[in-house]
Amino acid sequence: MVLTADEKALVSSLWCKMNVDEAGAEALGRMLVVYPWTQRFFDHFGDLSSASAVMGNAKVKAHGKKVLNSFSDGLKHLDDLKGTFAHLSELHCDKLHVDPENFRLLGNVLVCVMARHLGPEFTPQAQAAYQKVVAGVANALAHKYH
Amino acid sequence: MSLTKAERTIITSMWGKVSTQADSIGTEALERLFTSYPQTKTYFPHFDLHPGSAQLRAHGSKVVAAVGDAVKSIDNIAGALSKLSELHAYILRVDPVNFKLLSHCLLVTVAARFPADFTAEAHAAWDKFLSVVSSVLTEKYR
Repeated sequence: MVLTADEKALVSSLWCKMNVDEAGAEALGRMLVVYPWTQRFFDHFGDLSSASAVMGNAKVKAHGKKVLNSFSDGLKHLDDLKGTFAHLSELHCDKLHVDPENFRLLGNVLVCVMARHLGPEFTPQAQAAYQKVVAGVANALAHKYH
Repeated sequence: MSLTKAERTIITSMWGKVSTQADSIGTEALERLFTSYPQTKTYFPHFDLHPGSAQLRAHGSKVVAAVGDAVKSIDNIAGALSKLSELHAYILRVDPVNFKLLSHCLLVTVAARFPADFTAEAHAAWDKFLSVVSSVLTEKYR
């Protein structure tokens, strides 16, 4: 995945405008609501029985925050996502047993969350840059699977 | 996979607002599609795809009008889109993977323009609705 210098600049400048903790909670929550089968990894999270239960769930919020802060670190190493996420990739394969398709689902939900927060500033070019980023992160997280 | 009553209500009530910007939403969704997924341009070698082109605007309007038809006949989407379904199966033959890409770009466009209305429930309803539309359009492929 190759981003131009302009795309990297666009990615950074837009990320600064996001509240990463809140966006993480929203993205994870929305993924669990829009694609309910993804709840299979979170039986221990308590009440996920309705959209409002999911979006208000404290464990969902905490986990979403964790996930997106990790993604945020990745944004500082766009030229070496595979290296950056190598350890997490092993964890998701060997311990968590997460189908990499879920990374793609979460990436697209994150793009929707960014669009909602940034409105017209989330131009087609901005979306294209972020689609490259989320695809790169998803691939990096799948890279160590065996 | 079929839409629940609650999901249909969300779609039809949001459509009132969305349809006031139908043409520009269609154009923007296509722009997003071609920018994020350049391979989709392969279906339009005969088009001027520059942002703002008359062809892009016309085609965007057409696409959203069809979505509107599906909303108006939300209890019978297959019936409403039967002709379009045949068109896609026998003439256009757009690879099914592309319907997911366009659906995603439509969602992004609606999210950017209607942030308050695009709740988690609305997001789920729209994603499912567009998925049903996509299934209808590809159901005669083979």
